[in-house]
Amino acid sequence: MITRRQFVGLGVGVVAAGKAVAQLPANIAELRRAALEGAQQKIAGDAPVRAGRVKIDIPPLIDNGNTVPITVTVESPMTEADHVKAIHILTEKNPQPFVIGAHLGPRSGKARFSTRARIADTGKVIAIAQMSDGSFWSETTSVVVTLSACLEDGLI
Amino acid sequence: MARVVVNVPASAKRGEVIEIRTLAGHVMESGFRRTERGELMPRDIITRFSCSYNGVEVFSADLYPAMAANPLITFTTVATESGTLEFKWTGDNGYAVTESAKISVA
Repeated sequence: MITRRQFVGLGVGVVAAGKAVAQLPANIAELRRAALEGAQQKIAGDAPVRAGRVKIDIPPLIDNGNTVPITVTVESPMTEADHVKAIHILTEKNPQPFVIGAHLGPRSGKARFSTRARIADTGKVIAIAQMSDGSFWSETTSVVVTLSACLEDGLI
Repeated sequence: MARVVVNVPASAKRGEVIEIRTLAGHVMESGFRRTERGELMPRDIITRFSCSYNGVEVFSADLYPAMAANPLITFTTVATESGTLEFKWTGDNGYAVTESAKISVA
């Protein structure tokens, strides 16, 4: 049962959220693309990021974007001479592209880690691995999100 | 509030790759959500996690608001010697938690 006070409060929230949406810049897609490119630039600098050697394990259809299990595996012998230094996970449609940056080394044994992320909207998920020889490898997958993180539960 | 769980095998063979699971109880407030009055809720997240094996850092991670609440991190390391694994989480508003686990390597 919702009280009158709660109802009025909710109405204020909805109006405020409506305003917030109206204030979003018109070229949001362009801004997101720029943010993603900026993030890649921050990770790799001017070095080329090649596709391959990295595998993202993520459900292709996500019911709830608030907890999305992600496993990233990189092909690497993980020796002192040849190992993965870092693995970064990025998303395309989140307000900020970064999810996590993991730092590994030869003592990791395997170049693999798992975590859980929030994903705001249907779009790309990117994993970039930095190798000890300075090269960068990546994989990009697309996911479909039915319940978005960040938006629907914004009004509590 | 500051509750963390780590899962480390109690014993392992020398040179074996062991899997370590860690979970920290934290809301990971992203800083992008609004209250019912339309005010932004301030960011409150864990920003860094690290694991050291007998004092040597073997894994670390930088966390961002896009991590799910109660951040779960699973990673691997090589069991080199018996000793202690130390886990450390630090974050906004002075959040700092440490946890340790013993491992015996045969």
